[in-house]
Amino acid sequence: MLTFILKRVANGLLMLFAVSFLSFFLMHLGAGNVARLMLGLEATADMVAQKNHELGLDKPFIDQYLNWLAGAVRLDLGNAWSMPDAVSNVLFPRLAITLQIVSITTLVAIIVAIILGTVAAVFGGVIDRVVQFIGLVGFAVPGFLVAFFLAALFAIQIPLFNAVGYTQFSDDPYQWLRSVTLPVLALAFSGIASASNQVRGSVKDALEMDYVRTLRARGLSFNRVVYKHVLRNSAGPALSIIGVQFVGMLGGSILIEQIFAIPGLGPIAVSATAMSDIPMIMGLVLITAMIVIAMNLIVDLLSAALNPKVRLS
Amino acid sequence: MSNNKKTSDSLALKVLTNPLGIASVSIIAAFILFGIFVPIFSPWDPNSPDIYSSLTMPSADHWFGADSAGRDVFTRLAMSTRFSLMTASVAVIVAIVCGVLTGLIAGYFGGWFDNVSSWITSIVMALPGLVVLLASITVIGPSMWYSMAIFGVLMSPAYFRLVYTTVRGVRNELYVDAARVAGLTDTRIIGRHILGVVRAPIIIQTAIVASIAIAIQSGIEFLGLGDRNTPSWGAMLNEAFMKIYDFPILLVWPSVTIALISISLVIFANTVRDELERTGPRRKKVSGGKSAAQKAADAAANEAIIHPDTRGKDQEVILEVANLAVGYPDGSGGIKQVVHDVDLKIHRGEVVGLIGESGSGKTQTAFSVLGLLPAGGRVVAGSIIFEGQEITGAGAKTYDKIRGGKISYIPQEPMSNLDPSFTIGTQLVEPMMKVLGISKKEATSRAIGLLDRVGIPSPTTTMKKYPHEISGGQAQRVLIAGAVSCNPVLIIADEPTTALDVTVQAEVLDLLRELQKETNTALLLVTHNFGVVADLCDYINVMQNGRIIEAGGVVEIFKKAKHPYTQQLLNSILEGGPGRGKYVAPKGN
Repeated sequence: MLTFILKRVANGLLMLFAVSFLSFFLMHLGAGNVARLMLGLEATADMVAQKNHELGLDKPFIDQYLNWLAGAVRLDLGNAWSMPDAVSNVLFPRLAITLQIVSITTLVAIIVAIILGTVAAVFGGVIDRVVQFIGLVGFAVPGFLVAFFLAALFAIQIPLFNAVGYTQFSDDPYQWLRSVTLPVLALAFSGIASASNQVRGSVKDALEMDYVRTLRARGLSFNRVVYKHVLRNSAGPALSIIGVQFVGMLGGSILIEQIFAIPGLGPIAVSATAMSDIPMIMGLVLITAMIVIAMNLIVDLLSAALNPKVRLS
Repeated sequence: MSNNKKTSDSLALKVLTNPLGIASVSIIAAFILFGIFVPIFSPWDPNSPDIYSSLTMPSADHWFGADSAGRDVFTRLAMSTRFSLMTASVAVIVAIVCGVLTGLIAGYFGGWFDNVSSWITSIVMALPGLVVLLASITVIGPSMWYSMAIFGVLMSPAYFRLVYTTVRGVRNELYVDAARVAGLTDTRIIGRHILGVVRAPIIIQTAIVASIAIAIQSGIEFLGLGDRNTPSWGAMLNEAFMKIYDFPILLVWPSVTIALISISLVIFANTVRDELERTGPRRKKVSGGKSAAQKAADAAANEAIIHPDTRGKDQEVILEVANLAVGYPDGSGGIKQVVHDVDLKIHRGEVVGLIGESGSGKTQTAFSVLGLLPAGGRVVAGSIIFEGQEITGAGAKTYDKIRGGKISYIPQEPMSNLDPSFTIGTQLVEPMMKVLGISKKEATSRAIGLLDRVGIPSPTTTMKKYPHEISGGQAQRVLIAGAVSCNPVLIIADEPTTALDVTVQAEVLDLLRELQKETNTALLLVTHNFGVVADLCDYINVMQNGRIIEAGGVVEIFKKAKHPYTQQLLNSILEGGPGRGKYVAPKGN
């Protein structure tokens, strides 16, 4: 088990390195364009060259990368181009808010999906069709449309929740709830849709296992077999979707935060993109990749812990 | 080729005659036409502002109203539809070209590609698509054409996996080998067979990718990071969002458009998938697939041969099955019967064999006694009387009392019949606590005793082991221990030795015989093996095609078998005897 963990951690670090190198490389392939994008079409070639020098873009690529990497391992992600501040100073406080929203959403989505998926698989019939239909709509309709709908209905027409802004939980728990409810619901919608279908599938598979029949032949009731044995065995496959969900929600949160004016990573990602702030975007890429890889690692370890074959080896 | 063509033609026809299929295709087609023709014929320019019509409601002039700059929303929506569908097509085309080409190459020529591609996929998966696109816009600048091309590359692993696995699979199949022998070149093999196989899945994948591309594209435009001067759904959403308080109707048009197209694409994909599954190779029919009339003719021709029942009349009958029929839905509203008119009688302490080849209905008969027919299956006629009680159609409560405590079950495949997530001990103790109503401690010590009795070395340690830690033979002993653990009256053993090694088979049979003698439990032994039957049984029922064709005491069957099928089964176990006769097919085949 220990070697398994070490292997996965090493693999994750290697992956992080690969992602950072590749994105740095690809972004610097296009970086020749950046000074021009920043200065506009009227700028002279001299001004562009001057800007490139200022930004350090005239140095060899490998120097730039090693320089960046040396800082990154100490969590120093350089200075932003679009504002007079260090990238890490800007990103880390915002990361806390985004992580909070995304984690709550993942939790909500998984709980609802487990209930819906299990009920659909066990009872079948009309309930099953309804869950499948929700799954289809949730999969097809982009989350930000759901956000518009929720904002228009539950913040503007019926002002139950806040349409914009964010209050810290420690400042005012009630206002906090009013500010995060709609973003979480909007973000959770598509997650619930795809996750409930996955749970439904894995519960259905587990229900068809031979041991389910054998346990029932020993006198255990259907419910008991479902709640103890079927759910336990479908937990593994269901768990693996949390990782995928989390990645999707991190992307979706950029849009949702912009819509609800939540000061997370979303708004800064949008403004940094518009202003060609490469260090900020590199920081964002690194942080996102770190979270995703860490999440996958956690999911891997949890599924290993659930599976006696892996746990005991 | 003609074969592939035929199936894809009929698939297209099936999708188009499916109500959901035709609805989704029509909606998508309508939007395509909307995007092509409305900008040509509309009197309005999608970009020229008109301060006097700013924020007007829908009217005869402006069908969908006008936005804050007074531009006609209907025309702008059509223009946006044209632009968004075209840019989304870029994503789809790039994804298909990259994914299919690399998939074909990797699948056809190399195994090392496996590792490389899985690494690349995990790198791509480590970042949300939107973040990658934002990074690309940072350096390239806002252009939806480039962004969608990059997104196409991000989406290509979906096609890659599809093509790669299909090619690996198809490559190993006989018909490609046959084609090679026939002298076809590699490219022609790919063209003819593989693309034919993956065509339908690619259509499904494409509808999904298109809907994701549309979502992400409108997201980027909504964020203000798309082409600034081209009308697009996302740009319309962005402008409308500014007016969400005083003119929310502007938000409706692009939202409904995006939602309708995305849902149609996904429904289309689902419909193709459903129809594809339905047109796929039909499941092998359980009883050889003959018409009812033919079946009746068979039945008449093969009148069951019932030898005089010489069993001990002094023993009480515990199970009496009469005229049992089991059926499954046949997919078109009818019932397909797999067991016909089966009669079966078991006295206390007796061993009765139910023998026949696979698909003869013997296992279905056994499951209907347990009330555990697979999903969809049900007893359509006849009765099952257990200890004087009619149990066909009985509720869960009745069965929960009978199963385990009165009738228990030994399965065929030991490993898949133990829950991999729980220890052997838990799986033995849990039912005992429930059925016998004893404490956990008592159940545990009983379980240890049982494991010892069925010949498991060091039963106390085995209790703590998981199924994957013990051998198949030991697992079968555990299952036998479980079956006898609650002192049942009848044990149904379904091919209890078939999955075991030959050396273990004899030991397990010995164990069954001993236990049966010790406890005087009746045993219904379901098997295809006459050797096993001869060893254990008092009475034998031979099944073929869902019917009992011959039944009698073990001596009668072995000495005086009359039915040609029984004789054939018997011949197949007689070692050193005369050569086997011709296979006797059931009449009417």
